[in-house]
Amino acid sequence: MSAKVVKVYSTPTCPYCKMAKKFLETNKIPYHDLNVAGDKAVLEEMIHKSGQMGVPVIDVDGEFVVGFNQAWLKEKLGL
Amino acid sequence: MYDLIIVGGGPAGMTAAVYAARKRLNTLLLSKDVGGQVLWTMGVENYMGYQYIEGPELMQKFEEQVKQFPLDQKIGQGASTLSRVDVGFEVRAEGGESYQARAVIVATGKRPRQLNVPGEERLKGRGVTYCAICDGPIFAGEKVAVIGGGNSALEAAYDMVKIGDHVYLVSTTPLTGDQVLIEKVKEASNLTTLLEHEVLSIEGSNRVESLTVRDLKTGAEKKLEVGGVFVEIGLIPNSDVVRDIVKLNRLGEIEVNCACETGVPGLFAAGDVTNVPEKQIVVAAGEGAKAALAAHKYLQRL
Repeated sequence: MSAKVVKVYSTPTCPYCKMAKKFLETNKIPYHDLNVAGDKAVLEEMIHKSGQMGVPVIDVDGEFVVGFNQAWLKEKLGL
Repeated sequence: MYDLIIVGGGPAGMTAAVYAARKRLNTLLLSKDVGGQVLWTMGVENYMGYQYIEGPELMQKFEEQVKQFPLDQKIGQGASTLSRVDVGFEVRAEGGESYQARAVIVATGKRPRQLNVPGEERLKGRGVTYCAICDGPIFAGEKVAVIGGGNSALEAAYDMVKIGDHVYLVSTTPLTGDQVLIEKVKEASNLTTLLEHEVLSIEGSNRVESLTVRDLKTGAEKKLEVGGVFVEIGLIPNSDVVRDIVKLNRLGEIEVNCACETGVPGLFAAGDVTNVPEKQIVVAAGEGAKAALAAHKYLQRL
């Protein structure tokens, strides 16, 4: 089974984003760290994908969740 | 069955957990998240032992300390109901699982108050936000409105004047925040302060496009073109779970005595959800300790 592609859309100051990234790091899951504050294109991508502007948005192989939802992540990543 | 269930994982709940575990109480910590309101705080300069530490980092240290002690933790779900049963109490988590204990500490803190105006619910997460710290940077270069007149609103306004195009600070009353913050914000050239104005509605099709306010003195209505609305109008205690069994004050806070007793034997409360006069991290931690020790004494006498 190939590794899942994980993207985390976040802002630098958002505490839930930090917790989400820490969760991924602790579980040794590589992820793309996408700072929506730094890049309008990335922000638009997140808004388009999730239909909203709150962070974090976590994309696992095309499925996404808004917010640091540990239960959802554990299920999608087989943890 | 547990000796003690602690509902809430902020500084009060986590401190209670450490004290309970050290008294060898069989304890369950049930909470939506770890850290609570402290997670929304950038700089903490008045928690003793740390000159300056960021909220999330401080809560991480609390969490690591809790992990050193034996107790059960169910994080990710809050409590949906709490009822008295013959052995003590039964707490049902949001996911449906039930837990019983001889004693309970409610340390559920507070949540942001909403405006309750048309458009707010629909546009939540699409321009309407209650966390300036989380979402501020998303509105860089845009016109935004900050609603509120206290410290949280002033800090949000201060952060946004630095990165936004224009900030409207809308408050139904004169500014009530600290003078230091009022002065910092007053200097901004891209800030418009609208005191004694109320928000009537938030408009926008897919995201926030404007905000309609009313001047409370003249009755005149005005539409402000903004891309974001930061709601910073105070906090509401998360006391719903015990509203039917304990005494709440007029603010909805759980009334406790200085031993954190609620009046219901075996049911204690600590931190911001209670009527403790000061809502501070160091106070919440102290209250959590007192509640756990009171619970321990209660259990010994059973």
